[in-house]
Amino acid sequence: MAQILKVAMPKGRIYNKAAELFRLAGLPIPPDGEASRKLVISLPEAGMEFILAKPVDVPTYVEYGVADIGIVGKDVLLEEDRDVYELLDLGIARCRMSIIGLPNWQPGIQQRVATKYPNVASRYFREQGQQVEVIKLNGSIELAPLIGLADRIVDMVETGQTLRDNGLVEMKSIFEITSRLVANRVSYRMKNKEIQLLCDRLQAVIVEPGLSIGGSNR
Amino acid sequence: MSKPKGFEKPTGVRDYLPHAVAKLRKIENDVLHCMSRWGYRQIMTPTLEYYDTVGVASSTSDQKLYKLLNNRGQALVLRSEMTAPVARVVSSLLKDEPLPLRLSYHANVFRAIEAEAGREAEFFQTGVELVGDDSPEADAEVVALAISSLQAAGVKSFKIAMGHVGFLNGLFQEALPGLPEAQEDLKSHLLSRDYVSFRESIRRLNLSDAQKNELNGLLRLRGGKEICGQALELSDHPLARVSIEHLCKVWEVLVSYGVSQHVMIDLTMIGDFSYYTGMTFEGYASELGFPVCSGGRYDNLLQQFGRPIPSTGFSLKTNRILDGVTGAIEAEELPILIQYDIPRRKEGLQEAMRLRLEGHSVITRLATGPEDLKMVKRLTTDTIEAEGERYGEIYTFVSFVSEHG
Repeated sequence: MAQILKVAMPKGRIYNKAAELFRLAGLPIPPDGEASRKLVISLPEAGMEFILAKPVDVPTYVEYGVADIGIVGKDVLLEEDRDVYELLDLGIARCRMSIIGLPNWQPGIQQRVATKYPNVASRYFREQGQQVEVIKLNGSIELAPLIGLADRIVDMVETGQTLRDNGLVEMKSIFEITSRLVANRVSYRMKNKEIQLLCDRLQAVIVEPGLSIGGSNR
Repeated sequence: MSKPKGFEKPTGVRDYLPHAVAKLRKIENDVLHCMSRWGYRQIMTPTLEYYDTVGVASSTSDQKLYKLLNNRGQALVLRSEMTAPVARVVSSLLKDEPLPLRLSYHANVFRAIEAEAGREAEFFQTGVELVGDDSPEADAEVVALAISSLQAAGVKSFKIAMGHVGFLNGLFQEALPGLPEAQEDLKSHLLSRDYVSFRESIRRLNLSDAQKNELNGLLRLRGGKEICGQALELSDHPLARVSIEHLCKVWEVLVSYGVSQHVMIDLTMIGDFSYYTGMTFEGYASELGFPVCSGGRYDNLLQQFGRPIPSTGFSLKTNRILDGVTGAIEAEELPILIQYDIPRRKEGLQEAMRLRLEGHSVITRLATGPEDLKMVKRLTTDTIEAEGERYGEIYTFVSFVSEHG
């Protein structure tokens, strides 16, 4: 008998796209899943149980094995650095991680960068040999350069509309982001058949495999 | 940093209270007994080692080693695993012992930085090393012993995944001749379990579509013995073929042990330790989110200590098993309470010594007067309650009342 797969699903932006992809792959996922405010949704017909989590927590649930698999953006994976299998690029929720600043930006003596992704930002600037002070913020990152907290920000850009509305420009794209299917190290072995089957079904319906890291340079 | 509160302890270490210790000791004893029944003799090595010898050889990444200086300014480490210390002993104190050597250990090991659960700074490993035998029989023996040890520890549902480092090395050398960086790149993606980047790297390589498909197909090489046959078709490289043939033979021995149903072959497995040179394996229990054992062949490690001999082994993460094994432990025998007053003290304490020699656990207490005797309530034939504490039996040696209270 097939075992139930516990799936950590990100609440918000990615949820509907991921659920849609599951449906395309032939899994009976009801349309109103996220709206019900339930945190755990049992989907016996699909052989799954959804755990609705804050996106940034998805890799944590999966690493600890309370969820067998999860769907999460590459941005979170790079920031959180959890020990999980990264099985598939789902090609959904495509956007990019970028450096953003005011149009007339000039490098100052003490450069400050505000971001929700301090690990990603520090690693990037370190690798570029640039000396910057990274400031962690939890939201409304665009505020930082406008009011002088930081001279640049590192953030996710989807359409760039928010930036333009606030008079900011995208200076450089660091890497492309798409959502990934991740798996717990033990579940990947103990429920290998179920996970492999799901991978195969998803792979068949993924339209645009992601461009992945360093995409902007090519 | 503020001064820690009196009861605080450093991040990543833990206290074990009596009921947890009882369970942990039972697991540890059962596993060590199991290992001794396979002819493995237990050794102990020091907690401290030199950074430049065992520290470097252990292949734990430098930032995860606990380093300290001794009073002469020499760099020391708290051992981060047991394979390197055992290799040091085998190359020195045991260098004249006939091979093969079968050694087991149970020890606490240390890793720096790691703070969260499942990533402790101090944890317990129970394991074996089989030194001086490079045959498939030896590799199969440690895998079969790992399975027996997991069963002895009370882990019910588990799986072992087994791979071979040599196969990957051979396959990549053949597919990407003269491109050591590209080979390392692919291996590093497998090591970090990032299949997306692995496929992406292959996509960017200058290879024919057929070759790319073959390399991507690696991610599906998982299952029983049939995988060996499929793998042989993938590569003509001598190293890859020798590796697969070795793995096939290990499998056959495991079939003879009658344990192959617990084992799956996964050729994308790269042992987390860089000293592995051949077969590697990992064990998973369905109750636990983290692997519970890992092992493999390390034929070059002992060379670093001046005795180049092939070896293979594994270790169980004993305290993780403790977290996962939920089975009830046998109830401990309740202690006997002996109460006495000063005039009859000798009698009471002598009786306590006699009972202890018989193997009972005895607690003694001085009663200063009749009002100081414990109020006693018999619950069952072998359980007596006295003011909240439970005892197997209570004997009273006092001059003011008769013997049984």
